[in-house]
Amino acid sequence: MKDEALLEVEFQARIDADEKIEPKDWMPERYRRQLIRMMSQHAHSEIVGMLPEGNWITRAPTLRRKMALLAKVQDEAGHGLYLYSATETLGVDRYQLIRDLLEGRAKYSNIFNYPTLTWADVGVIGWFVDGAAIVNQTMLAKTSYGPYSRAMIRICKEEAFHKRQGYEICVTLARGTPEQRRMLQDAINRWWWPTLMMFGPPDDQSPNSPELLRWKVKRKTNDELRQHFVNITVPQVLALGMTIPDPDLRYDEKTGNWLIGPIDWDEFWRVIRGHGPCNRERLQARRKAHEEGAWVREAVQAYARKRQQQAASTAAEVSHG
Amino acid sequence: MNLETLDDALRPALFEYLLRLGDDALILGHRLSEWCGHGPYLEEDIALANLALDCLGHAEALLTLAGEVEGQGRTADDLAFLRDAYDFRNVQLVELPRGDFAFTIVRQFLYATYACLLYKALQQSAFEPLAGIAAKAHKEMQYHLRHSSEWMRCLGDGTEESHRRAQSALDELWMYTGELFEVDDTLRTLTEARIAPDMATLQPKWREQVETVLREATLTVPEDPPYMATGGRHGHHTEHLGHLLAEMQFLQRAYPGAQW
Ligand SMILES: [Fe+2]
Ligand SMILES: [Fe+2]
Ligand SMILES: [Fe+2]
Repeated sequence: MKDEALLEVEFQARIDADEKIEPKDWMPERYRRQLIRMMSQHAHSEIVGMLPEGNWITRAPTLRRKMALLAKVQDEAGHGLYLYSATETLGVDRYQLIRDLLEGRAKYSNIFNYPTLTWADVGVIGWFVDGAAIVNQTMLAKTSYGPYSRAMIRICKEEAFHKRQGYEICVTLARGTPEQRRMLQDAINRWWWPTLMMFGPPDDQSPNSPELLRWKVKRKTNDELRQHFVNITVPQVLALGMTIPDPDLRYDEKTGNWLIGPIDWDEFWRVIRGHGPCNRERLQARRKAHEEGAWVREAVQAYARKRQQQAASTAAEVSHG
Repeated sequence: MNLETLDDALRPALFEYLLRLGDDALILGHRLSEWCGHGPYLEEDIALANLALDCLGHAEALLTLAGEVEGQGRTADDLAFLRDAYDFRNVQLVELPRGDFAFTIVRQFLYATYACLLYKALQQSAFEPLAGIAAKAHKEMQYHLRHSSEWMRCLGDGTEESHRRAQSALDELWMYTGELFEVDDTLRTLTEARIAPDMATLQPKWREQVETVLREATLTVPEDPPYMATGGRHGHHTEHLGHLLAEMQFLQRAYPGAQW
């Protein structure tokens, strides 16, 4: 048997050669644990993320918008399902992961702890939040773990569609009445900073980053991804005749970057620790759905058992003729 | 016949009939959409959203056609978002609050059994645009029927609790099924013109199909109640529809004339 150190060297060599790691391959225990953490957090985010936008399905302003929003939120459920399955390839069970979420042991993206107050929020979430997810997930599509990478490639296509849909809602509002423009600007003001926080703490305060980069789980730093998002999004906001709620924002000719003012990291850590506007409500909603679904899941199992027994006894009857 | 060759004398009745079909689909789709994010588990959350999307799709097609038949320039959105409750023509069955999962499933099963029979017959409608919508809707409602029938068997023959919940939903909903087969002058006019089917021939089939599944599900067919709910087809609804519309129509009402 090879010793651990040698296996690690071989593992790193495979990573350096840009090979994908597959479920049956040897991997360091920490690599496995980091991936379970990241992938399950990602799965939870998709599921909790259904709630803020789901809040507007019954109030969508036209039939077309209603169907598009419903289909979008349904896509997020599909992403969650797909990511839970991908996480299960690392030897954990989906329902255990869900228990971790419901019992407050697991994290999900902070962004979903903010409320959706107007219809414009639906547009801005699609544009900003799905847009930020795309930036992050385009990087993760190249991650070293095969099942995660493949999940990301599939999911990214749908996120691109969500972003277009969200942006289109915003364009419609921007071309609409003064009240609609006011609604849009207010939503931009509220979602801008929380969206920038989605990329995680700055590089010098991101303890997991060096290891994740070395294993090519992540391929860019939080700050690089954040800057990329800012550079894409600022011109889009300005093109709609809207403003960014950042008095320090300026364009840097030398680097071609839009430079932002300081992010309120106290807020970030506070929301992560459970003290955001909607943390409690979001978890309560998930718990309620889970608890109210318990009798349904039990019925499914009981019915399947009965069917199996029936099939077995029919088979026995046939063979004993 | 189509929109151009439609006899003007038939327009009012046909408009009314399309509202009935369209409103059934719209209000049921809305109720189903309330489950999104709150289903008993992920796969079923996705399935319920699919059912909702089908119904909303049918509603859009039917209400668009209704607006064209009416000829006043109203769109499907105008009809969905700018009518008050007493102008809605859906059966009360579809507007009842979503209840627990058993209630939603039993309602879907009762409605899908009806809708499959209806849309199958409507494929023969003399009004071609309606026959076209019916063909697509029939295909999708067959999936709703398979899905909800399988759930009826599972809930009925699952655990004691699921059986109890399914039976009590069935008992509660039974008095709302009479409306599905009501016949009035509007319907008689359209049946004569071979635009709508004869509901009297569909009802026994509905009853037989429902009873078959209930038997398989070990559920009891409810006694016919002393009072069958009625009124939806003429704009008299339960108290629930007004609240549903207040929510659904909020933006269109708060910002008159805005584009979304
Ligand atoms: Fe996402
Ligand atoms: Fe997603
Ligand atoms: Fe998305």
